Amino acid sequence: MEPSTQKLIHTFGALADLGQEIAGTGDFSEMVRTSMHLLLGTLALRRGAVMECVEAGPLRCAAIWGLGDHFLSGVEIDATQKTAFLKGETADFLVKNTDTSTGFMNQHRDQLVREGIELVLPMIVRGEVTGLILLGGKASGEEFSRDDFDTIRAMVRHIGVGIHTHRLLEQIAQRAEENRRLYDDLRAIYRDTVRAFAAAIDIKDKYTQGHSERVGKYSEIIAREMGWSEEEVEGIQIAGYLHDIGKLIVDRDIINAPYNIDAKNSSELNRHPSAGYEILAPIRHPYADIPLMAKHHHERLDGRGYPDGLTDEQIPMGAKIVSLADSFDAMTTDRPYRRRRSFEDVVRDLRENSGKQFDSKVVAAFARAILKEVTGETKDRRITKLLGKGYLEGEHVATLLQDLITDLDSTQKARSAS
Amino acid sequence: MDTPTGGLVRSHCVGATAVVYASDYLNKLTGEKIERECRRQLSCGCRALVIDFSETKLVNSIGISILLGIIDVAEKCGARIVFSDVNNQTVELFEMLGLTRHVVLAKDEREALLNLSRYETTPVVH
Ligand SMILES: [Fe+2]
Repeated sequence: MEPSTQKLIHTFGALADLGQEIAGTGDFSEMVRTSMHLLLGTLALRRGAVMECVEAGPLRCAAIWGLGDHFLSGVEIDATQKTAFLKGETADFLVKNTDTSTGFMNQHRDQLVREGIELVLPMIVRGEVTGLILLGGKASGEEFSRDDFDTIRAMVRHIGVGIHTHRLLEQIAQRAEENRRLYDDLRAIYRDTVRAFAAAIDIKDKYTQGHSERVGKYSEIIAREMGWSEEEVEGIQIAGYLHDIGKLIVDRDIINAPYNIDAKNSSELNRHPSAGYEILAPIRHPYADIPLMAKHHHERLDGRGYPDGLTDEQIPMGAKIVSLADSFDAMTTDRPYRRRRSFEDVVRDLRENSGKQFDSKVVAAFARAILKEVTGETKDRRITKLLGKGYLEGEHVATLLQDLITDLDSTQKARSAS
Repeated sequence: MDTPTGGLVRSHCVGATAVVYASDYLNKLTGEKIERECRRQLSCGCRALVIDFSETKLVNSIGISILLGIIDVAEKCGARIVFSDVNNQTVELFEMLGLTRHVVLAKDEREALLNLSRYETTPVVH
């Protein structure tokens, strides 16, 4: 084969490999190292280094071959030297050329010659010097030809753009990570704010302190048991915290006297779901449908609920979950006018009202979640803790839950069969 | 006995000479393994290296750069280096790029060892 043809094939192969290397998404330092080897190997150069310009600091060594580890360590390149590189012609990049116009070469010539560096080329991207590539002489001992310069400059341009692109991608990834953290922070702030709100709602009703927080937690447990995604589970927890936010605009006396309110006051109290919706709707929540869940948490499957008298399919699933969590907490906590109901009584109520007030799928999911705690299938004791010591104790508890689940499942099956 | 190191590189010692076998395609992955093996042999006291190219069909740019690095390290250690059984196409490439100014080419491993025996020095024992 003609040497010129062989050289062409060898150079062409290297350029193809370089293009592939630079377009790759692999490790940055590996990319620079490989690119440098490709450049050195194309002309059989015995040593070389790729140095990156760093804002206000010494050059950063990105790859080095055949040179000491401390080569040009701590060396900076100033604005004047950069400008000289931008204006420089091929002859200016030769170390041996003492007429060179680049101040960098004049400043470091001794060290460069000592280390066997013959050529220093700038990497230029969009009219800016982004780094330097330093190259030793050819293994053949020949001088660099015009063709060699063309090949080197093409490859240096490639490498410069490659490094620049990788750095940009790194910055984008870093920004995305910062944004993600910021978003997480915002969500945490939002959750804290919501919990503070929930506490404010509960303070207004002196007999139901902690109610909103508990409804949030029960809702979260039910939704998770129903297989909702983590994002949706977080959302419904928030909806639980805020479901009674409308009470903030209802007279404190009405809220605190639910056992002897007249029709007028009752309709005032019943305004709270719609009022809640009006408060929540203009807010941009990080989760979907929170205002609707607040609005419909007093709807019933049989259409006898409020504010809209919606029936089964019309009620959002989230509102059905919050509704059950809300009623469950009301039944299982002491009120000034009554003691809390026994678990047996609560299960009876849930059974009777499934399909009328509550969605039986939601009731079954809640019963399964409680049963898992009771049988120890889950280590989590959140419901047990919320209900207080002793409430879920006794062998009959598991049986009650198991029977309820079986009955609800068979009703469900019968309904879907018909 | 041949020692496969790093999964791919075979090598063995004949006196103070290490024979290292290059693989069929000398690129970054295989090149770096050969380089590591050569460095290891030199640090173990070898005074000469034979790199056997009998299985090597192709050497790319990275391979050239790495081979130059091996030549550099060997020179710094004062060790001699011979490339053996290089195919015609690769010989042309080595000649064109000037690698042959720094290494001796031998027809095969036997000739390489014979060539080196003329310069045999006392092995350094660590
Ligand atoms: Fe309510």
